[in-house]
Amino acid sequence: MKLKSGDSSNALKNPGRVMREQFGIRTTGEQYVIALAGNPNVGKSTVFNALTGLHQHTGNWPGKTVDNAQGNYSYRNKSFLLVDLPGTYSLLAHSVEEEIARDFICFGQPDAIIVVLDATSLERNLNLALQVMEISSKVIVCVNLIDEARKKKLSINFNELQKELGVPIIPTAARNGEGLQELQSAVYTMAVEQKKTWPKQVPYSEEVERAINALLPKINELDLARVVNPKWLALRLLDSDISFIETISRYAAAQKQTTVALQDQWGELTL
Amino acid sequence: MSKLNPMDPFLKIYLDTESIRLSSGTPLADLVVTDIFAYTEKLAERVVLREDSIQTNWKDKIDKLIISRVFGYPLMLLLLGAVFWLTIAGANVPSEMLANLLFAFQDILTQWFQLIQAPAWLHGVLVLGMYRTLAWVIAVMLPPMAIFFPLFTFLEDLGYLPRVAFNLDNMFKKAKACGKQCLTMCMGFGCNAAGIVSARIIDSPRERLIAILTNNFVPCNGRFPTLIAISSIFVTSAFAFSQSLLAAGMITLLVLLGIAVTFAVSWSLSKTLLKGEPSSMVLELPPYRKPKIGAVFYRSIIDRTIFVLRRAIVVAAPAGALTWILANVYIGDVSVLAYTAGVLDPIAKAIGLDGFILMAFILGLPANEIVVPVLLMCYLATGQLTDFDSLFELKKVLLANGWTWLTAFNTMLFALLHWPCATTLLSMYKETGSKKWTFMGFIIPTAIAFTVCFIIAQVAYFLGLA
Amino acid sequence: MTTLPVPLSTLKLGEKSNVIHLDVKGLLRRRILDLGIVPGTVLTCIGKAPAGDPIAYLVRNTVIALRSEDANQIYIDSKLNC
Repeated sequence: MKLKSGDSSNALKNPGRVMREQFGIRTTGEQYVIALAGNPNVGKSTVFNALTGLHQHTGNWPGKTVDNAQGNYSYRNKSFLLVDLPGTYSLLAHSVEEEIARDFICFGQPDAIIVVLDATSLERNLNLALQVMEISSKVIVCVNLIDEARKKKLSINFNELQKELGVPIIPTAARNGEGLQELQSAVYTMAVEQKKTWPKQVPYSEEVERAINALLPKINELDLARVVNPKWLALRLLDSDISFIETISRYAAAQKQTTVALQDQWGELTL
Repeated sequence: MSKLNPMDPFLKIYLDTESIRLSSGTPLADLVVTDIFAYTEKLAERVVLREDSIQTNWKDKIDKLIISRVFGYPLMLLLLGAVFWLTIAGANVPSEMLANLLFAFQDILTQWFQLIQAPAWLHGVLVLGMYRTLAWVIAVMLPPMAIFFPLFTFLEDLGYLPRVAFNLDNMFKKAKACGKQCLTMCMGFGCNAAGIVSARIIDSPRERLIAILTNNFVPCNGRFPTLIAISSIFVTSAFAFSQSLLAAGMITLLVLLGIAVTFAVSWSLSKTLLKGEPSSMVLELPPYRKPKIGAVFYRSIIDRTIFVLRRAIVVAAPAGALTWILANVYIGDVSVLAYTAGVLDPIAKAIGLDGFILMAFILGLPANEIVVPVLLMCYLATGQLTDFDSLFELKKVLLANGWTWLTAFNTMLFALLHWPCATTLLSMYKETGSKKWTFMGFIIPTAIAFTVCFIIAQVAYFLGLA
Repeated sequence: MTTLPVPLSTLKLGEKSNVIHLDVKGLLRRRILDLGIVPGTVLTCIGKAPAGDPIAYLVRNTVIALRSEDANQIYIDSKLNC
C-alpha cells in the first residue's frame, strides 16, 4: 500500500477509505460516502435517481451477483457518493442481499446512512430503520411516498416521530422532488458537520435484555475498538449468526492490519 | 463447521454463548423480531392518523379483476399481445428511417473508398460486410428495444408485474420452479441476456439455474424480425395497420409455444439434472402507483441504446466482415459460404431446412438479428448483405429457392428454439460462474431445436406433405 | 377454555385473525418474521390467484402472497376477529 506524502494524515484519520475499497467503493478526493438502505418497493431507487440523476453507474458488489449502483451529487460545494444498497426487509436474515447491506453498514464506514421508508406502511418499514439505528448513530430516516399517504388520507406526526426516534426524519415524495432539499441538508449536517444524534434503541422484552446483559461482559473483553456496536454483536451472537461472526473476525483483523501498516508508513515519513 | 481459526476470539465467544442461546424456550431470534414489531406497532399507532376508515378503492377493484378466475389469464394474454403490438408497430417507422439514413451513409462511404482508390476487397470487407451489418443491426434492434424496455419498466413501476408472478406461480410450482421465473421470461422478451441477469430475483440457486437455462425459449427483440418476416409468408395483408396486428398475433402464438416449451423443460430439469423440491415463495404485492414517466424512460432508452451500439460494433460488425469474406472467397468456382452450405445441406434437409438456412443460423451466433440478411445474401448470391423493399419480394426470393410451408414452419421453430446468442451465453457464464452450466445452456436448446424440427420434418416427408 | 389454533390457509376471503405461532422452518421463517408476521399479528385474506394458490394476505398495511403449503405452517386463532 503506497501513500503519497500528503495523503498520510488523511488516510490515518480515515482508514475507512481502505475498508471501503473492499466493497468496490472508490471515492474521488474528499467525497462523503452515504449509504442508501430500505425495504423493496419503497421508492428507494426513485430517491437515488432523484439525487444523482445521470451521474451514476451500476456494477456488481465484489464477488457477488448483486447489483451495486453508485452515484454522486454535490451540495453546498461538497461532493457526496451515494451507494444504493440492495433492498432488504431486515439485516437479520441470511440472504446475500441482506449480508451485503449489513456488512456495508457495519464495516464500510459510511459517513451517513439514509433509511428510506414507505409512509403508507411505517409499521413494517420501521423494523429496518431500528436495526440500522442499533448499528450506527449516523442514521437519517427518509419517509418517502408521502404523496401516496396523502391520497390514502394518512397524516403522520413527523415531529413526534423525530422526538421518539432521536434521528432526523425527512418526509419526501421523491417522485415529485418534494423534500429532497431537506434530505440533502440533513445529510450535510450529519456527514460534514458531524452533528451527533442519539438514536432510540429498541426496548426489548425482559428475556432478551437478560440474555444481552449476560453476553456484554464477554464481548467487552474483546478489543473491539470501534469495529462494531457491542449490543449489536450480542444480538448477532444470540441469533446464531455464524457468518457475521466470521465477517467481523475478518474485518477486525483487516482493520488492525491497516492501522498498523499506516502507522508504519506514517512513522517512516516523519523520520 | 466454521472457517475460523479455532483460537479466534470471536469464534470462542460464539461457542461460549451457546448455553445462553439455548436457555430460552422460544428461539431468542424470534423474540427479538417480535419485540421490534411490538414497538413499531405502538409507535405507528401514536404517530399515524388515518382520517377515514379503510375503504376499498378503485385500485383494489382493479386488482380483484386482475387476479380473478375469469379475467386473470385473458387480461395477461391481452396485455402481452398489446406490448408486442406496440413494440412492432412502433418500431416500424423508426427502423425504416434509421435504415435509410445508415444505408445512405454507406453510399458516401463507398464514394470515399473509390476516391482513395482502395482495393475492392477492402471495400467489400469494411463497407459491404462490416458497416452494412452494423447498420442493419442498429436499424433493426434499436427502435424495438427503445420501445419494449421502457414499456416493461412502466409495468414494473406500476406494480403490475408481481401480479403476473402471482397468477402464474401455481403453474411454475407444478414444474417445480419459482413463480418469479415468469418475470425473467418477460425480461427475456426484450433481451435474453437481460433476462438471465434478471434471474437474480430468484433466491433458490436451483430455481435460478432453471430460469437461466430456459430463458432462451422466449424470443427476444432480436428474433422478432426473423419471426415476423417468415411468418408473413403465411399471412400477408395490404394494410400496414392490420399487417402489424397480424405480426403481433403470430409472435404471440409463437411466444405461447415458447412458454409451453419453457414449462416442459423446467419440469424435465427438475426431474433430472436439477432435482429438488420447489422452495417457498414469498411475494410482496405493492400497491399500484402511477409510474414516473420521464426520467425512467430516458434512462431506459439511453441504456438500451448503448447496449445496441456496443453490440453492433463489437459483435455484429466482425460477424458481417466474416460473412462477406466467406461469401467472396472461392474454392474453385464456389464460395466458401456456398460450399459449407452444401456440406450442411443433408443435415439441414433432415430437419426440414436447407444448408443456407442452417449456415445463416450458425453465422447468427453472435447476433440473431443478422440471420435473415445473411440468408438473403446467400440466396441472392450477390455476395453482400441485401435489404429488401417489401415482404412480398422476400416471399418471391424464398419460394424461388425451394421454400415450402415446411421450410417456413421449421425455420420459425428453429429460430424460436435454437442456441442462445453469444451475448446471452456470456451473461450465462457471468451469472453462473460455471462453464458446465453455460454449455448446458447452449446444448439444451440446440438439442430441442434439432429434435423437434427433425420429428416434424420426417413426419411431413413420410406423409407426403412436403 | 381455548380452542386449538388452525392453519392460516383455512382463512376464507375477507376473513381475518391473529397469529398464534409459526411452524415454518429455515429461511422461510426468517423471511416471514421480517415481514412482520409474528405471534399476535393480524392477517386478513384478501385474494387468491386464479388457480386458488398463492393467497394474498394483508399484513400491517402491506400485501404478502404465500403458497398454501407455506401458509399451512402458520397457525392462527380459530376465533376470527371482526
